Amino acid sequence: MNLAEFLAMGKYGAFVWPCIVLTCAVLIWNVIAARRLHSEARRQAVRRLEIGRGRP
Amino acid sequence: MNWTWLHKFASPPHAYRLAGRLAPWFGWPAFLLIVAGLYGGLVLAPADYQQGDAFRILYVHAPSAWMSMFIYGTMAVAAAIGLIWRIKLAHAVAAASAPVGAWFTFLALTTGAVWGKPMWGTWWVWDARLTSELILLFLYAGLIALRASIDDRDRADRASAVLAIVGVVNLPIIHYSVYWWNTLHQGATITKLGKPSITGEMLWPLLTMMIAFTLYYGGVLMLRLRAEILRRERDASWLQKELAA
Repeated sequence: MNLAEFLAMGKYGAFVWPCIVLTCAVLIWNVIAARRLHSEARRQAVRRLEIGRGRP
Repeated sequence: MNWTWLHKFASPPHAYRLAGRLAPWFGWPAFLLIVAGLYGGLVLAPADYQQGDAFRILYVHAPSAWMSMFIYGTMAVAAAIGLIWRIKLAHAVAAASAPVGAWFTFLALTTGAVWGKPMWGTWWVWDARLTSELILLFLYAGLIALRASIDDRDRADRASAVLAIVGVVNLPIIHYSVYWWNTLHQGATITKLGKPSITGEMLWPLLTMMIAFTLYYGGVLMLRLRAEILRRERDASWLQKELAA
């Protein structure tokens, strides 16, 4: 099997590949979003503690 | 019975640190198994005798559909624990799970639609399996919106816990819909009882992907749970120490 055949997926390449790409994109995005959420929560928590201690 | 271990486990500082340590132990195996599963499914598995190569969508569709239900179940159990024993960490787990579950439901629906077009001749039919899965997406969206609409954290926890528990009734409907009603959707490929209706070369990549997606959820849950704990903890002394480090 050569690369062109593999990419063609019989005649279903136009259906298979978008599914694979979409799934991978969503999986990657969810990791990025979760990491961002954590660093943002951390920044806000540091700010809250500083305000609590009277240091704006 | 001594329950101190449970309270230690459910204490925010312990859970925060544990989640941080566990995240890579879920994440990296998930990544490796996804690579292996996709290679097995897209390259090694033979084409289906009826569906040709279009069946390969199974390797992302079925694990996504499995996760959409598994995460809902986990979330509902966590919500019930939070409601009954008033363990705040359980509510945090439920809150952290909902968006991930919604994404997997979205994936199950879209990859299913793209698979349906060449096989059934239509992107969408209002049959029992597809409609009940769409209702699951609405349940997730409802839970996220409900939580966002209530400012008081405890009330938001309780209200969304009740909705999550009531919504569990949808899970057996999704699972058994293909048997209870006439449907375009095929029946289960793997069942706990009886032999799988799929050959070994096609089966192992599917199982690998399902395990990989479950581990992936574990990893993302750990990251989201840490954020959730930080947002819920106010002026705790452990937080000062943790953030100073």
